[in-house]
Amino acid sequence: MSDASRIQYWRANLRILIALLSIWFVVSYGFGILLAGPLNNIHIGGFPLGFWFSQQGAIYVFVILIFVYVRLMNQLDKKHGLAED
Amino acid sequence: MSVQLWTIIIVGLSFALYIGIAVWSRAGSTGEFYVAGGGVHPVANGMATAADWMSAASFISMAGIISFIGYDGSVYLMGWTGGYVLLALLLAPYLRKFGKFTVPDFVGDRYYSSAGRLIAVVCAIFVSFTYVAGQMRGVGVVFSRFLEVDINTGVVIGMVIVFSYAVLGGMKGITYTQVAQYVILIFAYMLPAIFISILLTNNPIPQLGFGGVLAGEVGEKIASGENVHLLEKLNQLHRELGFAEYTSGSKPMIDVIFITMALMVGTAGLPHVIIRFYTVPKVRDARISAGWALLFIAILYTTAPAVAAFARTNLIEDIRDAKYDATAASAGENTIPGWFKTWEGTGLIAWLDKNDDGRVRYDGSGAPFEGKPSFVTADDGSVVRGEAGQRKVSNPPTSNTNEVYIDRDIMVLANPEIADLPAWVIALIAAGGLAAALSTAAGLLLVVSTAVSHDLIKRTIRPDISERGELLAARIAAAVAVVVAGYFGINPPGFVAQVVAFAFGLAASSFFPAIILGIFDKKMNREGALTGMVTGIAFTSAYIIYFKFLGGTKDQYWFGISPEGIGTFGMLLNAILAIGVSRFTPAPPEDIQNLVEDIRVPKGSKQASAAH
Repeated sequence: MSDASRIQYWRANLRILIALLSIWFVVSYGFGILLAGPLNNIHIGGFPLGFWFSQQGAIYVFVILIFVYVRLMNQLDKKHGLAED
Repeated sequence: MSVQLWTIIIVGLSFALYIGIAVWSRAGSTGEFYVAGGGVHPVANGMATAADWMSAASFISMAGIISFIGYDGSVYLMGWTGGYVLLALLLAPYLRKFGKFTVPDFVGDRYYSSAGRLIAVVCAIFVSFTYVAGQMRGVGVVFSRFLEVDINTGVVIGMVIVFSYAVLGGMKGITYTQVAQYVILIFAYMLPAIFISILLTNNPIPQLGFGGVLAGEVGEKIASGENVHLLEKLNQLHRELGFAEYTSGSKPMIDVIFITMALMVGTAGLPHVIIRFYTVPKVRDARISAGWALLFIAILYTTAPAVAAFARTNLIEDIRDAKYDATAASAGENTIPGWFKTWEGTGLIAWLDKNDDGRVRYDGSGAPFEGKPSFVTADDGSVVRGEAGQRKVSNPPTSNTNEVYIDRDIMVLANPEIADLPAWVIALIAAGGLAAALSTAAGLLLVVSTAVSHDLIKRTIRPDISERGELLAARIAAAVAVVVAGYFGINPPGFVAQVVAFAFGLAASSFFPAIILGIFDKKMNREGALTGMVTGIAFTSAYIIYFKFLGGTKDQYWFGISPEGIGTFGMLLNAILAIGVSRFTPAPPEDIQNLVEDIRVPKGSKQASAAH
């Protein structure tokens, strides 16, 4: 693996991290805490939306985020010839 | 069959299963003892991690706490799940690539410093013991409540079980036992939750019933003809009784943010969680097993708030203005249900009839009396009862109108009774609580034994020790750790609840930044990392000790941040100092920088470093 390819791989990795961690932050700290008050005026079924994010939604998103990360990283590994057999 | 007989059968069968697995999976090498030979399938590892992570507190106490504080309880739900995202994205794959056994290994090697290794060892042991004492206590409590054996006998039985599979099988035995324990605990948690969801909302999925309309056998009674959502009804009840609204909460926002963050980074920094990612074969497996772990954890963590809301609604409706003495009630009047009296018998519920009207008054005006209930007993040891037949308490009453004391732990334990479920379901809860406590205890004990035999003896004191000698040392250390943990379970230090804040605070302010910076900042050096760790630990400990042990009061909190959330501050302090100091001190040696390059890619690193 060349140095250029290595740097490229690492940068792509960091981009994935930043994108996914932004979502992580927005659903928990954003929707679940900072904006929970205003969001609670919107109801989904019996749930005030802010409350739903903090006790249900954020957790679902966390699970999805990890599986998306795994997929993206496996693709990235393959592209750079780093996939383990 | 009685509840007790069912409990003996189900708990007995589960214990036989754990011991069977222990015998089948004996460890033959240090590799098997520390990391199960590194050959665990990611799904199995995910289940084991979930069981390892979910303790007696998650299983028994969490839903109860949320039930009483509503929205504010979200800090635990988000904090203890969101940490896995950090773990999966920022730690697990790189630590797996690094490929040693422990967290102190990483700190010691990456920062080329035995002082760093030693600090990490001490932190790991402290954090793990803090945690494990609570688990052994939990085992004792479950035994005493469901099997009516003495708490101490319960702890000893728990010690023998953990001893048999942790000392024999090491990580290998623990991992496969934890898989079985996960299955038992999740089944035990979900079954009553599904029943109760059907009773209150006619929806078998608690996560959906939670947001549904009151319906079904019990739900219709509560709604009394109205078409109203469960949460709306609960908010309404809370307003009528003077509690803060269930879905809004009352903690200051900054504290909610800091506590959530401290729990998240603390989770990601806990040694017994991190070590699990060393047990899978490849980097790719480390990533995906974090995903499986969180999925398995999320099943319980999304059910818990539903159980909390169901139990809360049920509880308020059941006891509101109810006559304690059914014979004194006039027709159509609400009377106190049987479960209230059962749990009063165990001392977890108490009622002090302040206005002598024979009615149980439960409202949001505050504690009914000072402290935990101390029940009056006659000289011959028999229970002294008040006019309505309630157990008398001797605590000085407070001036507010609330008359009921309810221990938060009963929410999960009493749920099957409240919902009138069959005896074997109650027995299953006992087995589930034990599975949760034992699986966590075993994982923690392994960290302690590894820290002693590997990090202290092999890497620091006697590097020339043979493989067999090290394995023997690991077994002896595990055995000693079980005994020490058992001692703390029998003689619990009064501060167990307080020190949990410590465990997370320390993990957040020491390990997390040191590991993250070690991976993502190639220029991070020994001087920076050690300064950061020492300052982070010192600051966080000082704050927690001041407020938890030296009588600091709430109005002295910095910016309203409670000791539970201060680890976040300690973490930031650690990271800022580490980065600052590292820029003014010599860069790490070439081979360390190559090591960092190496752990950043899953494969092919050998050829790459040769090309340099």
